Amino acid sequence: MRDRLFIALAGAVVGLLAVILVLQGNPANMGFCIACFIRDITGGLGLHRAAVVQYLRPEIIGLVLGAFITALYVKEFRSTGGSSPVLRFFLGMLMMAGALIFLGCPLRLVLRLAGGDWNALVALPGYVLGIWFGTLFLRRGFTLGRSQDQSAVSGYSAPFLAIVLLILLIAAPAFIFFSEEGPGSMGAPLALALGAGLLVGILAQRTRLCTMGAIRDLILFRDYHLFLGFAAIFVVALIGNMATGQFNPGFIGQPVAHVGSIWNFLGMTVVGLAAVLAGGCPMRQLILSGEGQGDALITVFGMMAGAAFMHNFSLAGSPAGVSPAGQWIVFISLALLFIIGAGNIVVQAKAKQLDKKAS
Amino acid sequence: MPETIDCRGLSCPEPVLKTRQELLQASDDTYEILVSNAVARDNVKRAAGSMGWKVSVEETGEGFKLEISR
Repeated sequence: MRDRLFIALAGAVVGLLAVILVLQGNPANMGFCIACFIRDITGGLGLHRAAVVQYLRPEIIGLVLGAFITALYVKEFRSTGGSSPVLRFFLGMLMMAGALIFLGCPLRLVLRLAGGDWNALVALPGYVLGIWFGTLFLRRGFTLGRSQDQSAVSGYSAPFLAIVLLILLIAAPAFIFFSEEGPGSMGAPLALALGAGLLVGILAQRTRLCTMGAIRDLILFRDYHLFLGFAAIFVVALIGNMATGQFNPGFIGQPVAHVGSIWNFLGMTVVGLAAVLAGGCPMRQLILSGEGQGDALITVFGMMAGAAFMHNFSLAGSPAGVSPAGQWIVFISLALLFIIGAGNIVVQAKAKQLDKKAS
Repeated sequence: MPETIDCRGLSCPEPVLKTRQELLQASDDTYEILVSNAVARDNVKRAAGSMGWKVSVEETGEGFKLEISR
């Protein structure tokens, strides 16, 4: 019971902070968007050159450091890795590809919904469908394999990189890109954004909040523990948006969104399926990175590569919609995910047969 | 000697899936489950508990050992 209250409370805090961050300068319905913010950081580092989405987002830095400090404090920090790093990198790329077609990670999907953006209402069943496909693979034995303990240096990589980003953000040297217009130029004050990230990092580490796990566990186990957090984000953000005049229901003219329903739906199907196979939504991957899990950090690197790929080749969605090339990317992503999932199951089944023969 | 389910190094939900699969067709009255992180510990504990099994947790050097019995 206490656990349930705690995760609902954590979700409520995320929802509330999201509303406050937008009031204080973040792009609309983007108090938090892990995919967008990782994409902005990728741009800030010059790895893609979409001038409107370049900023070293303090929220991401805070999330990683918050999870790191908490994990150390509760003695859950552990340097691990080695569970299919290459596949995780690809899954990260695909997860980002889907998110940039829809224009948001699952967390922003909830926040867009809470802002009255009905395009998110179209994307939500797509996301659930992707997760449902993912659970089919899990039930048939999909696994990325066991992780092993790694040298401590590996585990400290994510918090180290977060601190490097923080220094670059504050020092703002000339080789770091900061958008002068567009969503990348909009951000809450550094201290607030960093503090919000830290707080959510702490809460998410303790509660294991995950926007994919919320729906996956409902489907797999009828377990609504994580879903409580997911629902609380929505309810509080909705109330907050209504109270502050940020609730604008409709399809057209929504901030950082497009009305291509098919692509919103399928984009999130890609994200849902990739997140199940990778074992966590974009936010969860950041939190696990902070806890020392190299496998999660590899997934984040994959997301950065995915962001660079999508923007360098103009494949990402935009308020104008999804380009024909971007539409192809959706189908290619789905195909790759099915190959990764099905291929893994075939290999697992063969290994089991060999095991049986050997014994 | 209770049957051991080795979930070391696996990330969730795999430990829960493995445990549930085993418990649903349980032939024994006690199981020993090895996990390597706190998330898996909590999730397996919650899953087994909700299926009506008693769970006790012991910390080992490399993670946790859960004793599950009915």
